[in-house]
Amino acid sequence: MWSSLPSFVAVYPEILLVVVASIMALADRWVKLKDVFAWITIATSVIALIMVFAVEGAVFGNSYAADTYGLFFKMIFLLALIMVTLVSPGYNRMVGIHFGEYYALLMFAVTGMMLMASSKDLILLFLGLELMSLSVYVLAALLYSDLRSLEGAMKYFLLGAFSSAFLLLAITFLYGLTGTTYIDVIAKKVFYPGLADNTALLLSAALFVVAFGFKVALVPFHMWSPDAYEGAPTSVTAFMAVGPKAAGFAAMGRVFIEALYNARVDWVEYLIPLALVTMFVGAILAVVQTNIKRLLAYSSITHAGYAVLGIIAASREGMAATMLYLFLYLFMTIGAFSVVTLFRQKDFLGEEITDYQGLSKTHPWVALVMLIFLFSLVGIPPTAGFIGKFFVFKAAYEAGHHLLVIGAVLASAIAAYPYLRIVMLMYMKEPEKDLAVNVTPYVFAGLIISVVGVLILGVYPEPVINFARTCCAGLIP
Amino acid sequence: MEYVIWIPFLPLIAATITLIFGKWYIRKQAHWLPCIAVFGSFLLSFKALLDVIGGARANFDLYSWVIADTFHAAVGFQIDPLSVLMLAMVSFLSFLIHVYSIGYMEDDPGYYRFFAYISLFTFSMLMLVSANNFLQLFFGWEAVGLCSYLLIGFWYQKKSAADAAKKAFIVNRFGDFGFALGVFLVFLTFGSIYYEDVFARVHEIAHTTVNVLGVEVLLATLIAVLLFCGAMGKSAQFPLHVWLPDAMEGPTPVSALIHAATMVTAGVFMVCRCHEIFELSHVAMAIVAAAGMITCFMAATIAPTQFDIKRVIAYSTLSQLGYMFMACGVGAFAAGMFHLFTHAFFKALLFLGAGSVMHAMHHAPDPTDMRYMGGLRKYMPITFATFLIASLSISGIPGLAGFFSKDEILWLSFVSEYPWGKLVWFVGTVVAGLTAFYSFRVVFMTFFGEFRGKEVLHGHEPHESPSVMTIPLMILAVGAVVTGWLGVPHVLGGHNHFAKFLEPVLGHPHINLPYWLYGKKEWIELFLMAISVGVGVLGIAVAYVVYVKKPELQRLIPERYPALYRYLYNKWYWDEIYDATIVKPTFFTARSIVQGVVDSILIEGVVNGLPDLIRRGGESLRRLQNGVVQTYALIMATGAAVVLLLVYFF
Repeated sequence: MWSSLPSFVAVYPEILLVVVASIMALADRWVKLKDVFAWITIATSVIALIMVFAVEGAVFGNSYAADTYGLFFKMIFLLALIMVTLVSPGYNRMVGIHFGEYYALLMFAVTGMMLMASSKDLILLFLGLELMSLSVYVLAALLYSDLRSLEGAMKYFLLGAFSSAFLLLAITFLYGLTGTTYIDVIAKKVFYPGLADNTALLLSAALFVVAFGFKVALVPFHMWSPDAYEGAPTSVTAFMAVGPKAAGFAAMGRVFIEALYNARVDWVEYLIPLALVTMFVGAILAVVQTNIKRLLAYSSITHAGYAVLGIIAASREGMAATMLYLFLYLFMTIGAFSVVTLFRQKDFLGEEITDYQGLSKTHPWVALVMLIFLFSLVGIPPTAGFIGKFFVFKAAYEAGHHLLVIGAVLASAIAAYPYLRIVMLMYMKEPEKDLAVNVTPYVFAGLIISVVGVLILGVYPEPVINFARTCCAGLIP
Repeated sequence: MEYVIWIPFLPLIAATITLIFGKWYIRKQAHWLPCIAVFGSFLLSFKALLDVIGGARANFDLYSWVIADTFHAAVGFQIDPLSVLMLAMVSFLSFLIHVYSIGYMEDDPGYYRFFAYISLFTFSMLMLVSANNFLQLFFGWEAVGLCSYLLIGFWYQKKSAADAAKKAFIVNRFGDFGFALGVFLVFLTFGSIYYEDVFARVHEIAHTTVNVLGVEVLLATLIAVLLFCGAMGKSAQFPLHVWLPDAMEGPTPVSALIHAATMVTAGVFMVCRCHEIFELSHVAMAIVAAAGMITCFMAATIAPTQFDIKRVIAYSTLSQLGYMFMACGVGAFAAGMFHLFTHAFFKALLFLGAGSVMHAMHHAPDPTDMRYMGGLRKYMPITFATFLIASLSISGIPGLAGFFSKDEILWLSFVSEYPWGKLVWFVGTVVAGLTAFYSFRVVFMTFFGEFRGKEVLHGHEPHESPSVMTIPLMILAVGAVVTGWLGVPHVLGGHNHFAKFLEPVLGHPHINLPYWLYGKKEWIELFLMAISVGVGVLGIAVAYVVYVKKPELQRLIPERYPALYRYLYNKWYWDEIYDATIVKPTFFTARSIVQGVVDSILIEGVVNGLPDLIRRGGESLRRLQNGVVQTYALIMATGAAVVLLLVYFF
């Protein structure tokens, strides 16, 4: 009887995550030591990570493919899950949200992202996106006693629903033109004469830009992100800044690079102004922030602007650069947010930039670690941030978008200011108050992973860039 | 031969650990890890040396750092006779000097810092010599410069040390600017920064000319001269020589390792490594020879007037580096490398001996002033004996290392195919006499006669240094004798193994003699040898007369020729000339124009104005972020409308 069922090997990692997440959500009632959930989450993620490298093939009538492209992104998602889990026990205990559902929701969200990265069917892509989004809406609202958290999550939810409408509309247009939601088939049909420059196809592409622009927070679809980032528990913010963003780029790769590659002359034109505006607005608004979570929110907006340069390049090299960028961005962003969580006390937020004043005197190691992440976010060699920027800028430049790259470089100059201001406060000012730091073994391990990642990948990125190149080779015919 | 990667990385690991944990955890034990690591490097280098003698070669990339189009930058190693020789020498000397420092730096509050820096230096130097491409060479080049800066200014509380560090760094900027341009030009010309690719195709540009500021010059000349700018800075050749004497502010082991034996010879190494490019251009060769000759002569005239023992040896280093460049300038690259090799031993020995003397004199207000020394041979026999061997070696007394390498240079320049060969020989011979004179001036002033420092030592007796310092001295003394035996010329019944070992990399110089003299080649070589030995012995004899027999001459000579003496004593006034032509105008421009106009109006205007503008822009944009979800939706919708409008525009 079992042999007559199709093989589900390709989705085993996702199945594992869903099963473990469901059990954890139910078991919370009976488990006293909540750290157990963190251990289970990490163990499950590691097993899933091994599994995604082992499985391949397509299931569900080829609407889901465990291909190398999906593999690269799943690696990012699962690493993000592991690192966010390491941040969580200490911080969540401090803010009183340390329970099983939290980890279950993280795992559901990651499952959604994995579906997005591997879907070969736009409907499945939409389902993955909704699974991810709904989980993250709840996560953002988890600090239910704090009005900021509820408000941010509410905004995120309302605007997210709005953007889902755009996504569905985009899929509808494409279905109307090609009669299919299969990405492979669409890619073949866009070859047909009269289709590639059909206005309906271009409208569909534009609607995709809007929908994904919301998910990766491109200006002007970013309005939700500062409020949601600030309100959400910091561990969730770290997750939001990396996971859904990378998933958004995974979907962009599937839609723009794989399905609509032959219409690239058009959708590239829609993305260029968005990228420019995103980089500049993100950088300029980061300058005036006083709350570090909001600052990092704008920073992540700017970084989405850089990452999208690789998509704009519309080439294998460009896609590989974007993938590399997201991989490197994972370490520095989660690292920076991890440092932010250290200062949280029961009655003290530790989120004001001025709280970091004189940190090098009171906590030299924490200051040094933060310095490394900030330098990486600025893009100073030999940190990972430099390598990431170098490759996306290079890809866009080689694709002929010279002015865009010049704009990107100018924006990075502005974007350096807010980060370096924190460095200045940490190293050149005298401390005003004595901050307590809350370092658990978990977050310590997480910080070590991030620092090592940022530094090693800064000098030796070759294996990752080569892996990214091989992984996205199948995307473009 | 993949194990060679550990030669540089062992000291790097030691340096990193010592730097991070030294201050709080390792403290007084900070020497262990660096010493063991450098000893490991030495063993591996020695193995590599044996392998290369056995015919092995290696050229591989450890990993690629940046691959962008045709630009391929990697961390890679090229192991051939030239690099393996440098590896073995650098790691061996570095190890000895590490050990010596255990005694010398004892009780210094920066003990761990010293060992971290000096290990870091060893790493950098080993990376420099083992590179297989110009970028890594440049990396090593800058890294040794940084370590040199850190170590000259090691006692940064002392203003003179901090100033000397700054001076060394800034003077080297001038050279490195040219060097960097040279590397860029190499990449531009050959499309690769790998030695292998560049030297394989170097003949292609033999006749290519480029227009520089309206003058047609050979491309090879331009590349070679730009690269040589770096060598002039790093190896302190005229006109960028002024930093090296001041660099003596650093601890003495640093002077021995960095400012005598290894780093300052990087320029010679680089010229030898790139000799294919230099040989294409007579102009470049002439410049190399000229810089070498000027420095060689000038330093040898300044040295006899100085009283600071370390400064005399520093000028001696300048002069000997001049010899090496003279050899390169007449195409005798292997001879230059030979002198580099022997010089490393006897000059490190001289510095460490001087350090030992300073250790004995450390109660004096200025432990380097030779006027307060004298008669020390009674108190410190080992230091005296080893110092004497080094001095005999540098003076070119037959049988010792300096004799063989110096005479190789003099002979090959005399018979050189380059027209300036005879001039090089003449300068070299004259300086050989001066060298013997000032070297033995130090010996006689320090170790002979009566001890003159009783008062300044406040009753302390000078004493021999501990064995952790004297044993390295004795090992180096052996080196200062036997290293010369590696290159005994044929005329003395040797086989010149040294030059033969390097021949695959450096080739061999053409001997250019009139045909009617060719049969008498051996006699000419022996005759030249006799002249240089005679000049050397004469120099020693004069020093003996002036500093032992008739000390009143020390007073009479400056009185007889006051202008000349002042000129030499003030080091040809180069510091003053640079102060007037470069430092002062720079300060003037900096204060009046840069600070007055550019800084206060332009930069401050931009620095304060632009962020103001951005801040104001940010504040107004921020008002859109008013927290009202309807506004957000409206902005999103507007954005979507704009994107959809784009569909119609494109």
